[in-house]
Amino acid sequence: MQLQKRAKPARHMLWLAPVLAIMLTLLTGTALFAALGLSPLPVLKAFFVDPVRDAYGVSELLLKVTPLLLCATGLSLCFRARVWNIGAEGQFLLGSLCGGAVALWFNDENLAGSARIGAVGAAVAAGIAGGMFWAGLVALLRHRFNCSEILTSIMLNYVALNLLLWAVHGPLKDPDGFSFPESALLVDALLLPSVVDGYRTHVGFVLALLLLVALGVIGSRTLLGFQLRVVGESAAAARYAGFHEGRLLWLVLLACGGLAGLAGAFEVLGPVGQVTPHLSSGYGFAAIIVVFLGRGHPLGILLAALLQALTFIGGENLQIEFGLPKSIAFIFQGLLLFYLLAADVLVNYRLVISGDSVAQVQG
Amino acid sequence: MASASSPNPNRAAPPAQPAPARLELISISKRFGDTLANDSISLRVQPGEIHALLGENGAGKSTLMKVLYGVHTPDSGSILWHNREVDIADPNAARRLGIGMVFQHFCLIERMTVFENLQLALPELKAAALQQRFDALRQRLGLQVRLEDRVGQLSAGERQRVEILRCLMADVELLILDEPTSVLTPGEVQTLIATLRLLADDGCSILFISHKLVEVQQLCERATVLRAGRVVGSVRVADSDRAGLVAMMMGEAPAAAPQRPLAVIGEPLLALRADNCGRLRSARLELAGGEIVGIGGVAGSGQETLQDLVSGEQRLPPDRVRFMGEDIGHLSVQQRRLRGVRSLPVDRLGRAAAAGLSLAENFLLTHYGQGPLQQGPWVDWRRPAGAARQAIADFAITAPSEHAPARDLSGGNLQRFLVARELAGQPRLLVCYNPTWGVDPAAASRIHDALQDARQAGAAILLLSEDIDELFSLCDRLGALCNGVLSPLLPRTEVSTELMGRWMTEHAEAAGQ
Repeated sequence: MQLQKRAKPARHMLWLAPVLAIMLTLLTGTALFAALGLSPLPVLKAFFVDPVRDAYGVSELLLKVTPLLLCATGLSLCFRARVWNIGAEGQFLLGSLCGGAVALWFNDENLAGSARIGAVGAAVAAGIAGGMFWAGLVALLRHRFNCSEILTSIMLNYVALNLLLWAVHGPLKDPDGFSFPESALLVDALLLPSVVDGYRTHVGFVLALLLLVALGVIGSRTLLGFQLRVVGESAAAARYAGFHEGRLLWLVLLACGGLAGLAGAFEVLGPVGQVTPHLSSGYGFAAIIVVFLGRGHPLGILLAALLQALTFIGGENLQIEFGLPKSIAFIFQGLLLFYLLAADVLVNYRLVISGDSVAQVQG
Repeated sequence: MASASSPNPNRAAPPAQPAPARLELISISKRFGDTLANDSISLRVQPGEIHALLGENGAGKSTLMKVLYGVHTPDSGSILWHNREVDIADPNAARRLGIGMVFQHFCLIERMTVFENLQLALPELKAAALQQRFDALRQRLGLQVRLEDRVGQLSAGERQRVEILRCLMADVELLILDEPTSVLTPGEVQTLIATLRLLADDGCSILFISHKLVEVQQLCERATVLRAGRVVGSVRVADSDRAGLVAMMMGEAPAAAPQRPLAVIGEPLLALRADNCGRLRSARLELAGGEIVGIGGVAGSGQETLQDLVSGEQRLPPDRVRFMGEDIGHLSVQQRRLRGVRSLPVDRLGRAAAAGLSLAENFLLTHYGQGPLQQGPWVDWRRPAGAARQAIADFAITAPSEHAPARDLSGGNLQRFLVARELAGQPRLLVCYNPTWGVDPAAASRIHDALQDARQAGAAILLLSEDIDELFSLCDRLGALCNGVLSPLLPRTEVSTELMGRWMTEHAEAAGQ
């Protein structure tokens, strides 16, 4: 069995590879559950089917999809320009911290009317600004000092997490919270309205969908989208064309930071309702998988985000029903990315099953 | 096809019987999809013979050589090596037989030294043995290559010598060279020719693929001419003249190149002064509309910097570049492009065009903003697609469609597309570097005609080129860069090839003004 380079990348494999990766992930999952002494089928059903049996389940799914979509939209802008921002998690956390801090400052039972709208707006804006600031650090380090954005953005994730931990142990800690590292609960007036009464999916989901559509339009119909592709394809060609590489770098990072920060603020103002150390379930990291799985295409991102959100909810479900550890969700996410990267080899190479040696140009 | 050719005249007395050929190809055919790249091609190479394979781009030369080197398997036909039929499954098999190939694009690892690159190709040799064999070869051929140099720091000519050495160290009996002179300066070409002669005297057969008839006439004994995948003829080079060979290659006798009248110089359009910018140490340049100014020089003499200073990829204080009475030294690429300054760099794929983008997208690369193709934030892709389609039709470019990625085009076709793209912008000033590098004669003459037409229309053209013939046939004024210093620019009629040669090798000051 050998890998042979294709004359040109196979278009069909671009879409087939994610499907293949999902199948392999399910197979490996089956083997994993069998090895744990569980009957695989009920477990897989509890993982992937039970969570979305009813409208409530679907609503919970969309609730998790929202931050994934927002982060993935920003990341896909970065990745299009080959700016490898791995820091959406940190940008998310800083957004939730800043958004939460502002919301707590307005946290008052008597909030109503325009003051209420102003307070929510200010909290959202603070979330966006926080995420942008965090991504701006990455842009500055790359632009001024030519630091690899991969390293700086990864490391800033941990700085952001520790900032959040410090805040909930210190200035934001609820004075009446029995010294738990959590802020006070936000009043109802500060929480985002639901899309449908009785379900937790909030208006942020609608906004995330709109932004995803905007991403598609920017990518295919604007000069900006074209410039990002050129920069990603070849920096020399971009300079020759006269595109401003530095400006585009700042732009994609700030946009991504803003979107991740927005997602963070929405978590605080939405399902969580307070600032806690566990605001993100790793949305910023999972969104990277979402972009790759969805090939940076809006529709692909939506489908991949749905699948990824299902692993979060399914993981929780397994915890409850079978007493499996929470890390099962992360194992599935890891498997998915692993198999996707492996299957992606088939875009540029074909598998040749034969004993003959394969022609290779002297290299 | 041809009977056994006469042996190398430089060698000992010819044997009474025609010697068995070292290599014989019999009726080789190879089809790719709808294209018959090789149509029953036969070819014979004697020991110690230097055999030219002539033909335009797409004539099937490279395919044939790749069949011979084991990269492609022929659909039919057979290969005789020392009169024995062989099956060359892959390049390793070819190398084991004693066939070496130097590709047009070098296959060396830039970060490694020459020695490490050689070791990589000959893993079975111990370092001491490698050194010994290298020294012997270097002395025999008089090649100047240092084992400890990093390949990344070598010039194109030096890299090619390393490639040739790598083949020779594996004891080749047949050396295939694919367009070996396309990357070399005139001096380096002469070194290569001398080296190849020595090799042939030692009995090594050489297959020399080229467009350049002068070199073929200088070097080769026989030439096999291919056109559209078939052998048009196989001739003794000494018995045929250049026009006859061109006629065989192109299928028709070309009109003699017209002596172009010198331009009547108008108002100066561009004035540039640059000192100590990158590789460019000193340059004073004035250009008028309606003239082509040619600048020769070996690669790395400062051409890229000069081009970037004109195009705006590198900036200067405002008054160092004056264009149409305006100081533009500080302006960006796009600001200058909108004023009519366009540039075509030497790297086609990766700089002048992005490899993975379609031709339509690559067209927009230099036509965005404030133009008929695109303004404001939105792109209507039908417009650049239409313009790209037009360019493909006007320049008879072979491309599947305007949506094909740039990397799918052959070098000659891509270059014609890029020339068409820049001229479609109706430049007032076009600066291009090696515009016909590695392009077949038909495409080169199409590009030359297009540049002439732009000049007739009043544009100024700054032609940086390492091709002396191109400079003398096309330009109104000539100069040369050497080591970052620009010579004076004199009318073509006052520049002899000797003066050009001196400009290219000595500092302008020393060459005498």
